[in-house]
Amino acid sequence: MDTDYAIVGGGVVGLSVAWGLLKRGCTVTVLDGDDGSFRASRGNFGLVWVQSKGMNQPSYARWSQQSAAIWAEFAEELGHNTGQPVPLEQNGGYDLHFSEETLQATVSKYEKLKVQLNGDYPFEVLGHNALRKEEPHIGPKVVGAILHHQDGHANPLRLLRSLAADVRRMGGRVMTGKNVTDVAKPDDFRITCADGTVVSAGRIILSAGLGAAQLGPNMGFKAPVRPQRGQVLITEKLPKLINRPSLIARQVDEGGIQIGATNEEVGLDDRVTQPGLSGLAAEAIAAYPALGKAQLVRSWGALRVLSPDGLPIYQESADMPGAYLVTCHSGITLAAAHARFLPDWLEGTQAAPDLEVFSEKRFAIS
Amino acid sequence: MKSVSPYLELDDNQRVQVSFCGLPLNLPDGANLAAALLAAGVEVFRHTPVSGAPRAPFCMMGACFDCLVEIDGVVRQACMVEVSEGLKVSRPHEADDARA
Repeated sequence: MDTDYAIVGGGVVGLSVAWGLLKRGCTVTVLDGDDGSFRASRGNFGLVWVQSKGMNQPSYARWSQQSAAIWAEFAEELGHNTGQPVPLEQNGGYDLHFSEETLQATVSKYEKLKVQLNGDYPFEVLGHNALRKEEPHIGPKVVGAILHHQDGHANPLRLLRSLAADVRRMGGRVMTGKNVTDVAKPDDFRITCADGTVVSAGRIILSAGLGAAQLGPNMGFKAPVRPQRGQVLITEKLPKLINRPSLIARQVDEGGIQIGATNEEVGLDDRVTQPGLSGLAAEAIAAYPALGKAQLVRSWGALRVLSPDGLPIYQESADMPGAYLVTCHSGITLAAAHARFLPDWLEGTQAAPDLEVFSEKRFAIS
Repeated sequence: MKSVSPYLELDDNQRVQVSFCGLPLNLPDGANLAAALLAAGVEVFRHTPVSGAPRAPFCMMGACFDCLVEIDGVVRQACMVEVSEGLKVSRPHEADDARA
């Protein structure tokens, strides 16, 4: 056996789990794809986000909160171990609204969730004037915002870099340019790649994002993940213009403003479109009129990894015990939980979190 | 700003009046603005918004965004702009300050 755990997919999800397993003393081999792979870890919006998660499943809200609560300490350890800091701000985040109706409708949903979470859902509603005190550049069309104090944002590319560096530092083997074509379990797991590489492992974790849709069914998973495109825009680096992030725009530690994001069901197509980018720009200028004069330096599209209900999937295979599917939409937010809590679930320790609501049972056809 | 530039002036077009941060310059009409400013002795095109580090043209072909200047209130890449009469150029986000 080459390794205790083989991890198929070397994005933020796979590397977070690898990192946690290495810290427990397991041996880990990560099989990552190539530049032709769809890589959400390189195209995402970088939010460490709680609000709006789990409106219909408080367990998901709680899971996101647990991860957000330990994110700073997780980032700190990565930075300390690697000398490559992971910039993070957790001073709250906004859901901006252009109409009183949508604002009130969202507040009603949050109030309901707050009760289900025993009051642990610290948000406040800011009218236009109150918001303007926090965000002097906010535009007149924004009627108000929900400020949620558990929200924040990180630099996701630096997270990916630090994670990969620390996994290697702890002795993890990260193999790139590997497209896994077959997984068999004659005794140990036997993983075959397109280039002929074969890895044998005691256990296997499928964290291949959209790739799980192809590999999963052969391993006994339903793996009902689909792509949803998000286009984003990046401005030139600017003096401080936005204090707290929102789904519309955030100003990163390096000064650039990331404007996002479309939600498009277009299959495996990660291109940008003129209507998509124009719509994003118009909304961002409505929120922050000063952005009308900002230069754009980059744009790209990336594909979200979505399950039918948007929640993560954590499932051990019934056909292949020792094979686990780990996939989610919010790999950045959940990075800390995946690193700190998921290894206990994989190893079946007493500290294992109860992840039953995230199993594939919920997709059963009755 | 130095008075003697290490860059050679190649354009021999007619000179036109341009200003950089309020300083009058005579630059060749139609020349590449980034090249013409370098030849005229401008060394610092801007300061970065976060750390304040000085920047000047790097790639000269529209890719690196290091040569950003402000023209008519819009930040633009100097290497993608042609010199024209009356152009008022300044350092982005600095409102004509005198840092050199």
